[in-house]
Amino acid sequence: MADNIVTVAYICSAILFILSLAGLSTPETARRGIIFGVIGMAIALLATAGSHEFSGYGMLALAIVPAVAIGAFLAARVKMTEMPELVAILHSFVGAAAVLVGFATYFNPENQLAGIERIIHDVEVYIGVCIGSITFTGSVIAFAKLRGIMSGSPLTLPGRHLLNLAMLLGTIVLGIAFARAETTSSAIIMLLIATVITGVVGVHMVMAIGGADMPVVVSMLNSYSGWAAAAAGFMLSNDLLIITGALVGSSGAILSIIMCRGMNRSFISVILGGFGTASGKAAVVEGEAIPIEVDETVELLKQAKKIVIIPGYGMAVAQAQHALAHVTEILRDKGADVKFAIHPVAGRLPGHMNVLLAEARVPYDIVHEMEDVNADFDQTDVVLVIGANDIVNPSALDDPNSPIAGMPVLECWHAKTVIVMKRSMASGYAGIGNPLFVRSNTRMLFGDAKKNVDAILAAYRD
Amino acid sequence: MRVGIPKEVESGERRVAGTPRTVERLVNDGFEVWIQQGAGISAEHTDAAYTQAGGTIVDDIQKLWAESDIVLKVHPPMAHPDLGKHEVDMLGEGKCIIGFIWPAQNKLLLEKLAQKKTSVIAMDCVPRITRAQKVDALSAMANAAGYRAVIEAANAYPRFLAGQSTAAGAIAPAKVLIIGGGVAGLAAIGAARGLGAIVRAFDTRPEVGEQVRSLGAEFLDLQVKLDEDGAGEGGYAKVMSPEYIEAEMKLFAKQAMEVNVIISTALIPGKKAPTLITAGMVESMREGSVIVDLAAQQGGNCSLTQPGKMIQHKGVRIIGYTDLPSRMAIQSSWLYSSTLVNMIEEMGSSENFKVDLENEIIRGSLVTHDGEITWPPPKPKPAHGKIADQPWTENTAVIEQATKEGAKKSVDTGFVGLLVALLSILGVGAVAPESLLSHLTVFILACFVGWQVVWNVAPALHTPLMSVTNAISGIIIVGGMLQLSGSPSSIVTILGAVAVFIATINISGGFLVTKRMLAMFRK
Repeated sequence: MADNIVTVAYICSAILFILSLAGLSTPETARRGIIFGVIGMAIALLATAGSHEFSGYGMLALAIVPAVAIGAFLAARVKMTEMPELVAILHSFVGAAAVLVGFATYFNPENQLAGIERIIHDVEVYIGVCIGSITFTGSVIAFAKLRGIMSGSPLTLPGRHLLNLAMLLGTIVLGIAFARAETTSSAIIMLLIATVITGVVGVHMVMAIGGADMPVVVSMLNSYSGWAAAAAGFMLSNDLLIITGALVGSSGAILSIIMCRGMNRSFISVILGGFGTASGKAAVVEGEAIPIEVDETVELLKQAKKIVIIPGYGMAVAQAQHALAHVTEILRDKGADVKFAIHPVAGRLPGHMNVLLAEARVPYDIVHEMEDVNADFDQTDVVLVIGANDIVNPSALDDPNSPIAGMPVLECWHAKTVIVMKRSMASGYAGIGNPLFVRSNTRMLFGDAKKNVDAILAAYRD
Repeated sequence: MRVGIPKEVESGERRVAGTPRTVERLVNDGFEVWIQQGAGISAEHTDAAYTQAGGTIVDDIQKLWAESDIVLKVHPPMAHPDLGKHEVDMLGEGKCIIGFIWPAQNKLLLEKLAQKKTSVIAMDCVPRITRAQKVDALSAMANAAGYRAVIEAANAYPRFLAGQSTAAGAIAPAKVLIIGGGVAGLAAIGAARGLGAIVRAFDTRPEVGEQVRSLGAEFLDLQVKLDEDGAGEGGYAKVMSPEYIEAEMKLFAKQAMEVNVIISTALIPGKKAPTLITAGMVESMREGSVIVDLAAQQGGNCSLTQPGKMIQHKGVRIIGYTDLPSRMAIQSSWLYSSTLVNMIEEMGSSENFKVDLENEIIRGSLVTHDGEITWPPPKPKPAHGKIADQPWTENTAVIEQATKEGAKKSVDTGFVGLLVALLSILGVGAVAPESLLSHLTVFILACFVGWQVVWNVAPALHTPLMSVTNAISGIIIVGGMLQLSGSPSSIVTILGAVAVFIATINISGGFLVTKRMLAMFRK
């Protein structure tokens, strides 16, 4: 295939990728969007494989065939509650691939450049490898945290900001030395050291971030994986890689911004890690929660005309979404107006709750975003909060010293009755008390969310 | 510890301060429970039932009073008619009594109890806070009274309450007016609706309207725009202004001519009940109409009411029974005694039973303690910890301002960032070769395209967005493929092959899982 045709094919697949992302604006068009994405990818692969420079078909088949099978296996087997882990590990693959491509490009004897072009190419390789390395180790740690292999609590080393700064400066200095290196062997050693340092940066950065900030971390790593691909595009002078990387990078950046807005925290403060930067002492929650039992909950639900359900990560942990969907169906059949309200940072992944509810066959047109529901709470009879805590904490609005002050929250307390399903009175990830639980219109239904929802369902079926 | 339950000595009282069910609860809590012989007979509870529940039947009244640590009562202690001795005189020193006391009306009794160093918990003084609902004996009794009032009215009313169409002719449903939308009023609405009557209700507190309507009754509005809310301290009604009362009376006069049954439940704490139904209004009612006055004991809402009696005035029956809960002795006893047991548990049950002056509920209900009269209790501290009822004014303003400042700052930094980006692009442009610049152009334009496109993604699809971007960032496979053409054993080829391998996992896994997720989204 001629170079021109390859270029045209690349343009086609870049356009198809853009259309694929554009399709995600509504669930109806999203399925078509995926088809665009697949076609785009197929065109890109065929064009690359068909270009006159390419001849390693055996190697290609050897690498691709088992990988397709592994990918398909992962995609078919993953539980929807495990999506954050899958996404994180896939990010790490992109990072690792970027590192490998970087090294391979550097070793490739075909690249004979000189002068400014060689320096620029070396810098591109160096940047690509560093971003790839951060993405790789960061994603692996994020995976371990999400999977529960590693504790979700932030690791706060003393002087961690200095440490990060030192490593960053070290990487830059090493980069300059690398571009000026006289011999290939010393350059390779420098590149390896840089890979290790940036790998440590990735580990340290994600280690310092707490469990509740995981949506930001995953979005950020999504963004990095895009920039890594774009950097690979620069070093290979491949526009398709650059375009795709830029698309993915900006997509991840937007998600990070949305998540940070959802928590009213600056991107920098999330990335630097640790929680509770607000000065002053947050008000201590006083009062006694009013516990209720399942039968009272059923009574309240039976009498309610307008019901809003607020799911949180606890619902995912307890796997309560299926039983909840059944309860929703019964309530809707009996004529109640049931809505789901999703906070932007509910769960461990942007849009995590939506996917879980969709999996449980909750119709997506009753699943609403925070802004759409907040105005309706005063006309709502019963709000059911399942495994959520910080996203329904009134102190975000009325206590300037609260660590989550200013974070937009679901103002469910304006409803007539709020039923909070929770294991115990323990604090959420942010580790702060929640005055919602002791309000006079709040009832606490303690226990495992799945068991309680099952019991509600059983009560309805009797 | 020992709990004693004597038989009520108030004449006509059928209730008892403990039923077999609550005695069993007390026994399970670790108490020894003494019940006077025959205490539960008028509430249909036999001595055998108490024994079965774990209680001990005692026939010596004096011994029961003298040797119990906690005595449970319905009515305030009074002179025992058979023994000619006051109940308090039989009580040991420093013991505890829990029951209705009505301290405002029984000052002498308080002094007597204080002399005995008795700790007295008055169930009629329980503070109106959410936490105290389980010990709210007044509401429990008001609920029973409201229900019974409708039954008594129906009994005295010589017509159907529900409308009917029969072959012999149609019967119009009765119209019932309920005055006061408290616990008793709401219970009366429910009962009257259940019997098929058309129910209207009035209350000075506008927020009651919603509850009234939720029970299926019509809420009467004064039709006068008065900036007055009838809600007083603790959610009870308060005395209204003269203008308001005038409008209110006009409404009642009009209603009296229309309705068949009036059930009035209007009470103001610590005050004589307001007179709302005048003799003139009674006379304007139709023959056979019924008025049930639940405020009879506090002076009555109707000027003609005689406490404890049913009288007839020009064809209208006026019921002033003061023992309505007692007329439902079984369940009233059970509801009431449950609040007593809840109170005992609130005080630490048998293990740690004590009068905790720091406990808001106990301090509020305590009328004598340690030789002192502790009634009325000090005003509760201003809503400390009661975040629930505080308006969000000041703090919200502070946060809003902070947010605004934050927004301004981020605009500034955004502008600086843009400037820096432009300068650095210029810097690169000054030294970089043309090929790099064309790639840079593509890169920046692609960033903008991505930025515009991704903002339109529905938040519900953010997870599919991540997995699809995962898949397409597998495009880095192209980078790996370009390294595959050398010798199969060279390091370049091997590195490239590994890159191709993991990128392919991304592509296939990412696309397939996205497809799987999107298939689940349905309307």
